[in-house]
Amino acid sequence: MSTATHTPQASSIQTEGTHISLHGVTKDYGLERPAVADVDLEIEGGEFVSFLGPSGSGKTTTLNMIAGLETVTRGTVSLDGVDVSHLPAYKRNLGMLFQNYALFPHMTVAQNVAYPLRERKVGRAEIKERVAAVLELVQLTGREAALPRQLSGGQQQRVALARSIVFNPRALLLDEPLGALDKNLRAALQLELRRIHREVGSTFVFVTHDQEEAMTLSDRIVLFREGGVEQVGTPEDLYQRPNTLFAARFLGDSNTFRVVPGADGVSYGDVSWAAVPDTVAPGVAGSQAAYVVVRPEHMELAQDGPVPTGAPSTRVRIQDVEFVGSFLRVVARSTDRDELITAKLSPGSATPEVGTEVDLWWRPESQRIVVP
Amino acid sequence: MSVAVLAPLAMSLWRSLTDPSLGLTHYTDLFTDGITLTIVSRTLMTSLIVTVGTVVLGYPYAYLMTRVSTTTRILMLTAVLVPFWTSMTARNFAWLILVQRDGPVDKMFSAVGIDGVVLHGTVAGVAVAMIQVMLPFMVLPLYSHMAGIDRKLLLAAQALGSTPIRAFRKIFLPLSVGGVVSGSILVFALSFGFYVTPAILGSPQQSLVAQLLGQRTLQLLDFAAAGALGIVVLLFTLALVTVANRMGGSVSALGASVAKGK
Repeated sequence: MSTATHTPQASSIQTEGTHISLHGVTKDYGLERPAVADVDLEIEGGEFVSFLGPSGSGKTTTLNMIAGLETVTRGTVSLDGVDVSHLPAYKRNLGMLFQNYALFPHMTVAQNVAYPLRERKVGRAEIKERVAAVLELVQLTGREAALPRQLSGGQQQRVALARSIVFNPRALLLDEPLGALDKNLRAALQLELRRIHREVGSTFVFVTHDQEEAMTLSDRIVLFREGGVEQVGTPEDLYQRPNTLFAARFLGDSNTFRVVPGADGVSYGDVSWAAVPDTVAPGVAGSQAAYVVVRPEHMELAQDGPVPTGAPSTRVRIQDVEFVGSFLRVVARSTDRDELITAKLSPGSATPEVGTEVDLWWRPESQRIVVP
Repeated sequence: MSVAVLAPLAMSLWRSLTDPSLGLTHYTDLFTDGITLTIVSRTLMTSLIVTVGTVVLGYPYAYLMTRVSTTTRILMLTAVLVPFWTSMTARNFAWLILVQRDGPVDKMFSAVGIDGVVLHGTVAGVAVAMIQVMLPFMVLPLYSHMAGIDRKLLLAAQALGSTPIRAFRKIFLPLSVGGVVSGSILVFALSFGFYVTPAILGSPQQSLVAQLLGQRTLQLLDFAAAGALGIVVLLFTLALVTVANRMGGSVSALGASVAKGK
């Protein structure tokens, strides 16, 4: 451990993030499909990356393989270019945060936090100093002598966080660490995680099934589906430019129309919608079927005039209108396809009458054409 | 229920204080007759050996039970319980056959050149058989305690830099102490007043407290003296259990909170 810097507080827990790379990583339990299949991934040093996906999509298994708590069936896991695929967890020097905190119930807060330092034979004086610094970072100074069961859930998770970063791991792996907390506490701890990530500087890999959490926290999101990586990108990338119907539906609300891809656009029933080049996901060209994805906030209601020329549109009957404060939520049913469509209108718009038939339209550049 | 327990106790107490005349002579005799104290300390020693023996055998067994598949676990549990369900007297006679002169144990030792290992009639023989008889009382509380320990804690310890063996020693072992304490109290208290095994496998020269009691009631018909001894043994056991409970209490409470997944 290179801990020559003895200046207390933040500087003593700062580190350079490790580069994590996965090549063809596979975990096969011998079931009908592997839990994780051929995952290739590069995570830059100091990056905050989220593994997002429904349960059973392989995100936690992948995290455990990085941590060394799960063996790889095939493929390699490298940290800073060194293959660690067969290195046991205790030799990888990575921090890990569990959903159920995993605090040692027979140890005090201070003993819990000191645990990884004791295991590394750090001197008594330095342990004391670093435990104090990290407890200050997670705002738990003064609770050193408490036992875990005397703390609230949020406090317990902050102790666990302190324990997982106190030994300056160059990467921190977080397995749904906020899953067991209530909504307000989650929001507070999300902010805290961002702050600590900035102050500590190590690589954070964060597993979650909550798309909102992944979007607000991460530099990049890795979207998992059935053991594979569906798409990787910044939160904006994934939201604005999903490549698949799964990605479009998993992140944020979306309206989707099943269409047939054509030469310079798509056909929806007997109408054709033009496609702006940048809005077409790779793979659509050779595909039999495709979907047009339009976010609710991009939907417009043709109430005061006709649909602008060139804008795709569909005829709907208004089913429900809700005033949500910052916007007006309109639920409508398309008259020809019987599909439900949601639109978010700015609060200034005229409230449409329930039961009336109108045209919903959107700008072709705000749509996204994806593969199923 | 309480009447059934308390009435004979009260009668014994009354008789030990009044028969043949009012006084504490039966109690002072216990400390001065030269034999009772020897037998009590021999019994304490035997119970201690039995307790340690059941921990040594029961701990790994119970731990293994938490690590195997459900089917294997049920098999292991049955293996512990089947002897528990068979007659205790039958089991003790089985041990008698094993450890008597020219019995299998004696022959086994003779085969490797150690002659005259006859455990019948010795405290050692009594202890060996009692360890077997008491094992379920150790394994069951140990297993139920260990099953409540969150395995994730061991993974967390490994992620924090512990080898699997150190994780076991620093996390699992301290958390399982509560189970060791409850099992030990049970085994020790049962061993202290145990009658069948010493009666069958022991000898009058090496008698234990329960045999002494039996002798005074059944052979000497000295109910007053026996009552005094019985009361002292009872109080002593109660005191021991209370102290052990206090000591183990904090640890057990921790274990309980782990079991609840707190």
